[in-house]
Amino acid sequence: MDILSLFIIVPIATILALVFSKGLKQSRIVSMVGSIVQLGMAINLIFAYFKERAVNSDIMVFTKDLVWFKDFNIHYNIGVDGISVALLLLTSIVVLAGVFISWKMNDLPKEFFVSLIVLSIGVYGFFISLDLFTMFVFFEIAVIPMYLLIGIWGTGPKEHSAMKLTLMLMGASAILLVAILGIYFNSDADGGALTFNILEIAKVNIPIEAQKLFFPLAFIGFAVIGALFPFHTWSPDGHASAPTAVSMLHAGVLMKLGGYGVFRVAMYLLPEGALHWSWFFIILAAIGVIYGAFSAIKQTDLKYINAYSSVSHLGLVLFALLMLNKTAWNGAILQSLSHGFMTALFFALIGMIYGRTHTRDVTKLGGLLKVIPFISTIYVIAGLASLGLPGFSGFVAEMNIFVGAFEHDNMFYRIATIVSVSAIVVTAVYILRVVGLMLMGPVKNEAFLTLEKVTWYEKTGILLLLIPIVGMGVAPLWLSDMILESLEPFIQGML
Amino acid sequence: MNFSNIILIPLVPLAVFLLLGIFNQKIKPAVSGYIGVAGLLTSTLFSFYTAYQYFFVHGKINGVYQTFVEKTVWMNFTETLRIDMGVLIDPISVMMLIVVSTVSLMVHIYSRGYMKGDDGYTKFFAFLSLFSFSMYGLVLATNLFQIYIFWELVGVSSYLLIGYYYTKPSAVAAAKKAFIVTRFADLGFLIGILIMGYYTGTYDFEILNNPEGDAILNWASTSFMGLSALTWGLILIFLGGAGKSAMFPFHIWLPDAMEGPTPVSALIHAATMVVAGVFLVARLFPLYYFVENGFALNIVAYVGAFSSLFAAIIAITQTDIKRVLAFSTMSQLGYMMLALGVSGYDDHEGLGYMASMFHLFTHAMFKALLFLGAGSVIHAVHSNYLKDMGGLRKYMPITHITFLIAALAIAGVPPFAGFFSKDEILVAAFEHNKLIYFIGVFVAGLTAFYMFRIYFGIFWGKETKYERKPHESPISMTFPLMVLALLSIVGGFIPFSEFVTADKATFEAHLNYPLAAVAVGVGLIGIILAWIFYKKENDLADKLANFFGLFYKWTSDKFYFDEIYLFVTKKILFNLVSAPIAKFDKKYVDGTMEGIGNKTVWTSDKIKGLQSGKVQDYGFAFIAGVVIIALVFIYLWTN
Repeated sequence: MDILSLFIIVPIATILALVFSKGLKQSRIVSMVGSIVQLGMAINLIFAYFKERAVNSDIMVFTKDLVWFKDFNIHYNIGVDGISVALLLLTSIVVLAGVFISWKMNDLPKEFFVSLIVLSIGVYGFFISLDLFTMFVFFEIAVIPMYLLIGIWGTGPKEHSAMKLTLMLMGASAILLVAILGIYFNSDADGGALTFNILEIAKVNIPIEAQKLFFPLAFIGFAVIGALFPFHTWSPDGHASAPTAVSMLHAGVLMKLGGYGVFRVAMYLLPEGALHWSWFFIILAAIGVIYGAFSAIKQTDLKYINAYSSVSHLGLVLFALLMLNKTAWNGAILQSLSHGFMTALFFALIGMIYGRTHTRDVTKLGGLLKVIPFISTIYVIAGLASLGLPGFSGFVAEMNIFVGAFEHDNMFYRIATIVSVSAIVVTAVYILRVVGLMLMGPVKNEAFLTLEKVTWYEKTGILLLLIPIVGMGVAPLWLSDMILESLEPFIQGML
Repeated sequence: MNFSNIILIPLVPLAVFLLLGIFNQKIKPAVSGYIGVAGLLTSTLFSFYTAYQYFFVHGKINGVYQTFVEKTVWMNFTETLRIDMGVLIDPISVMMLIVVSTVSLMVHIYSRGYMKGDDGYTKFFAFLSLFSFSMYGLVLATNLFQIYIFWELVGVSSYLLIGYYYTKPSAVAAAKKAFIVTRFADLGFLIGILIMGYYTGTYDFEILNNPEGDAILNWASTSFMGLSALTWGLILIFLGGAGKSAMFPFHIWLPDAMEGPTPVSALIHAATMVVAGVFLVARLFPLYYFVENGFALNIVAYVGAFSSLFAAIIAITQTDIKRVLAFSTMSQLGYMMLALGVSGYDDHEGLGYMASMFHLFTHAMFKALLFLGAGSVIHAVHSNYLKDMGGLRKYMPITHITFLIAALAIAGVPPFAGFFSKDEILVAAFEHNKLIYFIGVFVAGLTAFYMFRIYFGIFWGKETKYERKPHESPISMTFPLMVLALLSIVGGFIPFSEFVTADKATFEAHLNYPLAAVAVGVGLIGIILAWIFYKKENDLADKLANFFGLFYKWTSDKFYFDEIYLFVTKKILFNLVSAPIAKFDKKYVDGTMEGIGNKTVWTSDKIKGLQSGKVQDYGFAFIAGVVIIALVFIYLWTN
């Protein structure tokens, strides 16, 4: 059994076990065990990767290639580099934390956990695919369960939100499919056979006109899920209605598919298109960065604040990817990881606060530090991490992005960088506003005085997410060098 | 030099922070106080050992102080740009180690008495340790990015400590304000760093500051809007420094920061963190001096001089003693900045640089003493306001004497520490820029006046009716006062030009008697005026205030800068930028998406009749289609 396919097989086994389990207690234990195995595999994969990397200088390692549809040359083709290894680790941690946070999911627990794990299959598969078509299939597998998860287990106008989210993402998928087919039908430009294989297409010189045509489609197709302005509006409503673990997975992992896809498909396969279009999308991304931050200031619902914050932070990912240099790319990947952990942590905390106080309105909350000190303290830490305080992952990622982007020779890019950098102030404003209103100050409501203390499974979930945030922030070297090294062949391809 | 113990100076407080922070609930308050003090004592001992080793044993070769660097890669950006973590040992970093250690240790000891019985006692010591760690990291930084990292960390420690009484709305607001205002200034700092990195290809202080280095020799090769790009970089970096050091117009956070516990004000907002801006300019001094012939340095000088004057004027009218001290701090920081601004580089020309560092050192001692003394008074009378004090000399003799020593020191009366450092600054200003010199002298007079105004107001004047008789503070609080008082007396006799100079070569500095006489004279006038106005209760002060009328009102309202900021943030940013964006998002961006959805539903509603399921409809459509296609073909055929 190869080490990567296990990432698909173990969740499938977990789902089978879930089918035979009864009630909340069994389902959550099964899911937890399955997710712990996944986390173990992801950690093991990092070590295995380093070992393999020492002797193997291919772009992708642990590759495996099985023919799936012969007629269209579709393969089940998998492999990883430093970037996907890191994202797999992110996914496994967020999924496990999500299971802990859903420890008391009383409503149709079995179905809930099954959907959650189906979603994770899609994400794992997406990160290991080297075949465009397979990748697309996994992408859809990840998106569809979201509809059920929000529509069934959500709160508020959940049907509407679920519909909106799914339709917008499906619309993007349609555009993406056009781009993928466009790439496919141009993959014989150098006289070879038509192929979906990413590594092989990268060697083909796709005609520049085709690149210019298909790059925006591929970019937008992926970037919608990465909350590109102005296609981000599915995200606030979707998050607000989604149950906690779903928000965590969605913002923490699913939205990362956008940046990853842009990088792996749009940038890597259509470099000329990227060069041609980068200025335009940089403007959109920079607007997203500032716009998201300013929108977050005025929101009162915690989930909306966090959703707009994600628009801002993920805008930075797309912004960095478009800078087309190694340092900024490194920053984009690090920001994806960092945002994944941070935002999952935020949603987990918001879920805990909502579960206790039954409101997410910051103006109605107040003085929580006094009554639920553990959760509140972690919220402060997460907030500080989110505003890019050194010692946490956000700083490391943002500095890579800013330095990388500023290295651009063209003045336009440097000015765009300065505009995006200014988001650090606005971010501080909306984070400290929430901290001031919600956590500090006098306790606003008598009922808050008797809130339930943090439970062990909540603590476990929190710590799972907090440790990588601090780890990345304090000792970024091994991770950032691992990613930098994997970026080398891509940057070669661009030049 | 042996670096293994220097590394421990920041790491011990970090360990204490983690210990106290993580086991916050489990450690008894009494124990956590001891842990905090013990941790800092360790760092202090290592600091003094390092200073001894550096200044007297290893540091100097042929009369020039050497720079020792030990570092390791923390993160790689590009082939040339990277962030290193390490320690840089040179005269100013060693001097700062002494300043930070001394004041921080005294504040730790003092806090054991001052914070006694407080709910968050352990948390308080954890934050103090976090701050000490960050501050050590800042002064030892080897490159721009490292200093930025610790810069942010001292900022957040300051945020946490100002907001220490977090149930008090005013403290929460003050903490937020401090963080956001300095963050805004740090935005400039960060962009400045990006510019320096882009144009020079390095963040390393050693390479940047090298007088024969690329940055200093080739600054003219870059230009942007009429100035060298490096000058822009330096101006932006100074923006960061101005934010931390509360220079005009970023000063507004400092008075509000007095919401924090008084020991915090003494440590962070008087002696250490706020001088980080001065330290930053001093750290990059060769660049400031040589690039564009000191264009950026001139800005430093004028901003410093103006802030110094501005703050001294406001200090006169404040009634909260901590706020008087806060404005006084701002004024003295301006003094340090202007001294750097008028400084040259070589030998005696670098007098301003040395004077600035000297003043930083002495100011740390006497200003910390003033704050701790004020804390002792506040502890006794439970109020910050002058009107609630008076005649306290009888009840609090040690506080009284030590406060007097500090007041004399800041007023520049010989032989107290402030006299020497202030004199050097005025000499340097006199030699380079007469306007700034006159501002400096005037500020010296104002300083003496406002300081003795509160001194007489607290310890003399009419005795307020106290509900409970005030009493002297416990030994844990008076001991640090006495130590700092001693340092405020003897600190001035340190021959600073033997240790800290711009070009790291020592020179002999002498008192300039005529200029010293002028400065002392002005200071004495200030003291005498204060004595006339405030020694005994009288209405002279009110008459004077009435005489100035509107100007007095403006001054006591701090020239409305808080209101201006509030207007910009609340009215403009929140209501005119943020709110419309949020609305725009809901109405138009989201509205468009929803609109597309609704249109789709509407369209499908209209055309769903086509899928009726009736065979005759389909048949009709089929035949109609065939007919139309046939007609089209016939048409095409015939043409």
